Amino acid sequence: MGASRTSRVFLRVATGLTLGFIYFPLAIVALYAFNGNTSLGWPITSWTTDWFGRAFADEGVRNALTLSAQIAVAATAVAIVLGTLLAFAVQRYSFFGRETVSFLVILPIALPGIVTGIALNSAFRATGIPLGTLTVVVGHATFCVVTIYNNAIARLRRTSRSLEEASMDLGADSFQTFRHVTFPAVRSSIVAGGLLALGLSFDEVIVTTFTAGLQQTLPIWILSNYLRPNQAPLVNVVAVLVVLISVVPIYLASRLSSDAGNVASGTR
Amino acid sequence: MTHHAAASAASAGPGRRLAIYLHRRPRLRLGLLLAPPLGWLVVAYLGSLGVMLVSSLFRVDAFTGKVVPEVGLANFETLLTSEVYRTVTVRTVAIAAAVTVTDALIAFPIAYYMARVASARLRGLLAVSVLLPLWSSYLVKVYAWYVILAEDGVLNWMLRPLGLSGPGYGDVATWLVFSYLWLPYMILPIYAGLQRIPESLLEASGDLGARAGTTFRRIVLPLAFPAVVAGSIFTFSLTLGDYIAPQIVSNTQFIGNVVYRNVGVAGDLPFAAAYATVPIAIMIGYLLLARRLGAFESL
Repeated sequence: MGASRTSRVFLRVATGLTLGFIYFPLAIVALYAFNGNTSLGWPITSWTTDWFGRAFADEGVRNALTLSAQIAVAATAVAIVLGTLLAFAVQRYSFFGRETVSFLVILPIALPGIVTGIALNSAFRATGIPLGTLTVVVGHATFCVVTIYNNAIARLRRTSRSLEEASMDLGADSFQTFRHVTFPAVRSSIVAGGLLALGLSFDEVIVTTFTAGLQQTLPIWILSNYLRPNQAPLVNVVAVLVVLISVVPIYLASRLSSDAGNVASGTR
Repeated sequence: MTHHAAASAASAGPGRRLAIYLHRRPRLRLGLLLAPPLGWLVVAYLGSLGVMLVSSLFRVDAFTGKVVPEVGLANFETLLTSEVYRTVTVRTVAIAAAVTVTDALIAFPIAYYMARVASARLRGLLAVSVLLPLWSSYLVKVYAWYVILAEDGVLNWMLRPLGLSGPGYGDVATWLVFSYLWLPYMILPIYAGLQRIPESLLEASGDLGARAGTTFRRIVLPLAFPAVVAGSIFTFSLTLGDYIAPQIVSNTQFIGNVVYRNVGVAGDLPFAAAYATVPIAIMIGYLLLARRLGAFESL
């Protein structure tokens, strides 16, 4: 590639600056979690690890953390079942409207979050379903289906069917073939998709604010506490925890799915 | 496994009979596979969208505060005629456009470096570095900027020796935060698009006497353009539908803020639903345009 010396230097500097821009805010929040003062003034003059202990002891934080984890697990479980079924249907059969189905599954994540949020909100009100944990799970599961579906269908496309045929030829019925041959082949892709779904659900605010009623998930807890001066140190700590908790499954997922492109294709 | 299969073939239990029954009926199998996910998506999602669209035609009784199911276009009339809502719509679309242009400008050099200059090892490392923050908490990132942009925050502290001050909270802050939030969504498609350009085209351009700058302008840019449009779908759509970032780093209203207030405090669900159709309509128009520019092949 004939990039000249000057343009190489420019590109290198621009890349460095962009990465700095991307990581700077995350680093700042991490520093504030150890801030000895309750004010958000910079520079930080005294350092402490006390807020971590306080955050873990805080009932609001603990309840929000538990609720978020429960919702993420429930929504992911629903999404795994629905997304896997759909991936098998779309990949293994040809039927009328197949293209529409693969479009329908990305719609909840492609349309702006407030659209999904207010649509679910109107529907729950119209049908008299009270807003609460259950309605949040419904909302989260709806936009999480796509991450499982994308991962599973990509794996199914790459998996040869000859192994399944061999299994059937050797006398296994379709259930046994599924359990011993097909499922092991797609398992890691479903786990990867599931991990992404967990991260996505754990972090979601917009759809949640429209479906949660009075329930406080961790992001909602942050949202309702960041303006309170004496809660600010706890918010900093919770922010760091949220990053750590959501980066771990996402990192694992990107290791499990063979290429980084898969991870990107499941984003909102 | 053969032992296992042979054993159950001999006994031919109910599971086996069901397997055989299903094996002979592919349409029934397909139906069983499709029913739960399609049922969910159609009922929970399309159904909800339908309810929302219908309720956007209703109105709220001024005295009782209850929704009156009478069909009319009053909400849409308010949207089009009211100065306030026009301003909000224009502001939202303008910032979405500014964010899109900003992200394209920032994303191109790093994507170019990743795709065309960096070694394979470094490329992988950079791809992960760009991806990880995409998945780390959205709210935390907005909150980080709230801390950074504060009156006595880091940014003002860094700029003070230069005799400058940061933008504070407001539309500029919103633009900055959105550009930050959606940047990875722009980098990744451009990176993929640049990787797809065959080296031979660039060599041919050079052999025919074009200088690096000319090759970039006349070969690389046109071929990478669909990828930029693909990235812009995300940056534009995500900005249109967001209301958390403006709420935290600004005091001005976005479409999302108005919708949220009307669902909650103001209690005018039909109006909120009507206003939510504005980003939907804009996005449908944008997607149709993007498809004509060839962006869908780059998604």
